[in-house]
Amino acid sequence: MSTATTPAPPIPAPMRLGRRRASRTTARFVKFAAIVFFAVLVLTPLYVAVVTSFKEAAETDPAHAWSLPSVWTLDAWRQAWDQLSPNLANTFKLVIPATVISTILGSLNGFVLSKWRFPGANLVFTLFLFGLFIPYQAVMIPLTTLLSDIHFPDQIPSLAFAHIVYGIPITTLIFRSYYATIPEELMEAARMDRAGMLRTYWSVVLPISAPAFVVTAIWQFTSIWNDFLFAVFIISDPDKWPVTVAVNNAAGSLVSNYNLQMSSALLASLPTLIVYILLGRYFVRGLLAGALKG
Amino acid sequence: MRSIRRWGPGLLLVSPSIVLIAVFVYGLIGWNVKVSLSDWRQAEQTTGWAGLAAYRDLNADPAWDESVHHLLVFTGTFIVGTLFFGLLLAFLLEKGVRGEGFFRSVYIFPLAVSFIAAGVVWRWLMNPAPGDRASGLNVAFDKLGIGFLANDWYLGENWGMAAIAMPAIWALSGYIMALYLAGFRGVPEELREAARMDGAREWRVYRHVVFPYLRPVTLSALIILGHISIKVFDLIVAIGGKQLITQTPAVYMWILIYDAFDYAEGAAIATLLLIGISILVIPYLVYSVRSEQRA
Repeated sequence: MSTATTPAPPIPAPMRLGRRRASRTTARFVKFAAIVFFAVLVLTPLYVAVVTSFKEAAETDPAHAWSLPSVWTLDAWRQAWDQLSPNLANTFKLVIPATVISTILGSLNGFVLSKWRFPGANLVFTLFLFGLFIPYQAVMIPLTTLLSDIHFPDQIPSLAFAHIVYGIPITTLIFRSYYATIPEELMEAARMDRAGMLRTYWSVVLPISAPAFVVTAIWQFTSIWNDFLFAVFIISDPDKWPVTVAVNNAAGSLVSNYNLQMSSALLASLPTLIVYILLGRYFVRGLLAGALKG
Repeated sequence: MRSIRRWGPGLLLVSPSIVLIAVFVYGLIGWNVKVSLSDWRQAEQTTGWAGLAAYRDLNADPAWDESVHHLLVFTGTFIVGTLFFGLLLAFLLEKGVRGEGFFRSVYIFPLAVSFIAAGVVWRWLMNPAPGDRASGLNVAFDKLGIGFLANDWYLGENWGMAAIAMPAIWALSGYIMALYLAGFRGVPEELREAARMDGAREWRVYRHVVFPYLRPVTLSALIILGHISIKVFDLIVAIGGKQLITQTPAVYMWILIYDAFDYAEGAAIATLLLIGISILVIPYLVYSVRSEQRA
């Protein structure tokens, strides 16, 4: 840009600097105010959920809709716990094995597809990646038919199995990108020792994989915990419903019991929220990995 | 044959996943297409050939037209809104402020919550009910003396789907912010400095130096949001349930299968969703993998 050659307007230098500094301070203030404003906006749904969940049913009327509870009570939380604890147990039974297995599979696949490649590895990876984007509706009818035709052991294992299979693309992607950053010299050293594939994986790659395991496990935990689509298609027995299905169906039937609806929604979200608060940094890394090359 | 001894074990290790993906992604997609061409239109499974009958019926079905129209309104609002807020939030944070980590975490937190739980809260916020059953934003508008803003939200005749996009914008703006923030931070500082040395004002630095750098991010963001939007299901079910007024193709498919037992027509919708997403995603995937190989 050649605008620098035009002479500066004849304003005394100190004054110009002062004005610019003032406007910069104003700009910074406006920016910060906007940042805080949007943070408040984003947290508003959380505020109403928390506040309403601690109210008595009588206080959820329009007049008190936005105010703090005048009497804080755990009634709605207790009620939500009574209703949802079997479903929470179902979700845990589903999420833990599915997360562990799909994370391990992702690690093995990611290792091979980045460091122990075979001819056609890129094609295989691309075909896996497509599985990341497909609308699961496109497999749902045959999947439910198949699972019931082969008499898969039980509904929760069926659902866990589905999450493992359809989790392969994302877990493989995260590990593959992570392993791509391992320096070749390290692999070379293992090769010099004539270490086989499993030895190399076990003693060279696995010991430095912890961050990728955390990122992947959090990602899988959160998305399987929050899943509704697979659950609603695969699980027909209400006793086996995971918590998302239970919350949705309960909320549909209790049209105006807002305190219970909110405590149920919060209870169902607590595990993923706690994980997010404790390990949010890894969660964001998973997000960025999920966007391919960002 | 030394080379096969070299890569053979790798292929062997990945083969369980290859088989699973081959069967459960590609195999089942094929099977679904077959169902869509069959005469399975009642609870009892049948496998007779019916050609494109299900697609033809779908085409003549006003409920299908309506759900496609809903999806278009939803997608437009959702993508424009999320890109706008994502970029704005990233822009606000990109030069670093005190407590940046905290604000970033706040903006991203909705993503850790299921659409089902978020839907419960947003249904309260966007409650169109009057009188004793009112809640949420309509009550807030009333209290703030801007009651004329109160409206029917997701039950609105024309813009209901735009209202239902609000929770989706709330949920995903943080994600897009994270993408853009990484993009902003990838702009070499020397480039900005050079532009400033040339006397460019700050907004011109953004316009000519920074924003062009963000174009690939915008492309990724569009693909991500586009495919999320086409599949949208949980959020709609959580807020609108099975009502026609908020129905999208994915929800309609669910209704066709579970309430009408029309598997062929349900499978036809699923196939069309897949085609829509493939048009969006396949060129992007090929491009990503190719450019990675070049690098």
